[in-house]
Amino acid sequence: MSMKMEFNNQEYYFLPHVKINALLDYLHHQGFSCIGPQIKQDAIVYEELHDSEQLPWGLRDYQMPGQYRLEENNVKRAFSWANGPQAIKPQLFKPKESLWRVARDSHGKLTFKNVTHEMKPIALFGVRSCDVAGMLIQDKAFLTEPFVDKHYQARRENVFVIAVNCGYSSNNCFCVSTNTGPQVKAGYDIALTEIDDGFVVTVGSAAGEALINKISLKHATDEMQQAMQREINNAATMQSKAMPFDNTRVVRDLLMNNLDHPQWDDVAARCLSCGNCTSVCPTCFCSSETETPALDRIESEHSREWDSCFTEGHSYIHGKVIRDDTKSRYKQWLTHKLATWWDQFDTSGCVGCGRCVTWCPVGIDITAEVAAIAKPAVDDSASE
Amino acid sequence: MTVIKPKIAVYKFTSCDGCQLAFLNLGNDLLKLTDAVDIIHFAELGMVNPNAKVDIAFIEGSIATPHDLERIKNIRAKAKFLITIGACATAGGIQALRNFADTAEWVAAIYPKPETISYLATSTPISTHVTVDLELWGCPVNGEQILTAIKTLLLKVKPAIKRDSVCLECKRSGNVCVMVTKNIPCMGPVTQTGCGALCPSVGRDCYGCYGPSENPNTDSLSKQFQQQGCSRETIQRRFLFINNQAPAFLKAGMKK
Ligand code: SF4
Ligand code: SF4
Ligand code: SF4
Ligand code: SF4
Ligand code: SF4
Repeated sequence: MSMKMEFNNQEYYFLPHVKINALLDYLHHQGFSCIGPQIKQDAIVYEELHDSEQLPWGLRDYQMPGQYRLEENNVKRAFSWANGPQAIKPQLFKPKESLWRVARDSHGKLTFKNVTHEMKPIALFGVRSCDVAGMLIQDKAFLTEPFVDKHYQARRENVFVIAVNCGYSSNNCFCVSTNTGPQVKAGYDIALTEIDDGFVVTVGSAAGEALINKISLKHATDEMQQAMQREINNAATMQSKAMPFDNTRVVRDLLMNNLDHPQWDDVAARCLSCGNCTSVCPTCFCSSETETPALDRIESEHSREWDSCFTEGHSYIHGKVIRDDTKSRYKQWLTHKLATWWDQFDTSGCVGCGRCVTWCPVGIDITAEVAAIAKPAVDDSASE
Repeated sequence: MTVIKPKIAVYKFTSCDGCQLAFLNLGNDLLKLTDAVDIIHFAELGMVNPNAKVDIAFIEGSIATPHDLERIKNIRAKAKFLITIGACATAGGIQALRNFADTAEWVAAIYPKPETISYLATSTPISTHVTVDLELWGCPVNGEQILTAIKTLLLKVKPAIKRDSVCLECKRSGNVCVMVTKNIPCMGPVTQTGCGALCPSVGRDCYGCYGPSENPNTDSLSKQFQQQGCSRETIQRRFLFINNQAPAFLKAGMKK
């Protein structure tokens, strides 16, 4: 759906808050299961959405390195918060999933069977720009020929994306410096920007246009369009964090030229090697695979689950753990994400969502680590 | 033709029986298991045959009495593969808190006739006394892990048990982190996975019952607990708990 990008509708529409349910009903009738933001365990997470009442009305998130709090701001808005612990990742790249089964007959011959997952297509309601950008990067990992991941593909091809442009950034957002937000540029069916009483809507695909027509949205007024622009500008200007060198290949060269920098020891003393950062990161795609035999010794199931470069299994080769300390693991995370990702996918692996900063139990800040490694370089240029 | 099934046994040492219960709670799978193996000793299940030779011996409980010490050597000699189940067998258990105290004094304070109690001054893990082939942690152990271990051994493959942090499982389960949202000192980042992140999934902190993860940074986590407002004593108690004798937790807990 949102994978086909050649589409041109430059119109602005208005979706009043009271019509959110009409939109959800339409999608349900089309056979989608809607997934949207709601409160769970003191945070905003994405789960099955049936009614606009479930949305996190009047709530704002306060984020610091290693900290996340929700507070009421008494504004009748559904999206006056920035983001929560999850991105789209768990919807398309499942945390755990069965891949295939194998059975042995009485002659010892093995027969392999694919596991296919029967599922409804998913409509994602309220996806942030950074997370859409993250999805487009994961597409490169999972959908590049000849190594297409059928499981990801089956979900991805049918997904309907309702993006939402931000009007507020948390302390840990830095999508301006990574050029991935706060306004979504590609990869969506429709995009919303919340203003008073509703959303200004733009269209990104034919399926999105069909939805607009079906629920008969009126055009947005000039004032509404100006209000939309003010919201997006507000989110952009309030960002205080930034990835050094605008997240370009300069960061790649910086890291690859400083593999012996003392900062790696410094961060290794703080890092718990817990893997929370890679788990919440919308672009990380590593998994481990396990074989679970049945008791009958005839059948076995092969499944995968999210893994991380912070585990010993990630670098276990030929009876040896290659990266057996935290220093080499943190270095792997940072140099893959921000450096060798360029060689692999022609992009940085960071979309500036700030999740790895917020959800790190000890508040390690990826932008600060890069800045520390960049320090001598910056000092040099200053003294020239 | 009679098929000779591998023999398994479950032995109890100093423990609460919780791990045997976790085994029993496998329910239907336990019944199915008997198609593939003969359970020849499992007192809680009613089978008693303590001196038989076995293929897989499961050990619950720590070594805390002279009698324990005698039995474990005998069992090891008769078992091909020995697996410890639970915190007691694997790390000495909660009862190893006595290792920090004067055991005789405690016994005198509790029992009217202390001279009738036979005990060792310390509670120690099975591995202190005999060779252990596989350790399954937890208080109690996860029944599924036991089952997987048996199924894998039946195929003559050594079971691979992940020793990653609980956090990874916590995130895979879609839990929201209690450290980050509620400022609760959670042991998940230094604790080994295996329970399915049970505690954070009900909104509370992990207290480390699966023992240390493979690469635990207890110094950094202790510092973080301190910044969250925990006293030194609270932090020590976090580490010196169910797995107080696990070297990484012992070291962190003894830090002044
Ligand atoms: S590296 Fe961190 S900030 Fe960048 S995309 Fe991943 S989680 Fe977000
Ligand atoms: S940063 Fe680590 S977990 Fe993420 S994709 Fe790279 S190697 Fe995998
Ligand atoms: S950077 Fe933070 S979240 Fe990532 S492994 Fe280290 S301590 Fe865990
Ligand atoms: S709640 Fe505990 S186990 Fe879960 S991610 Fe947070 S620190 Fe780790
Ligand atoms: S979350 Fe921690 S304390 Fe709770 S069962 Fe798991 S390992 Fe044990």
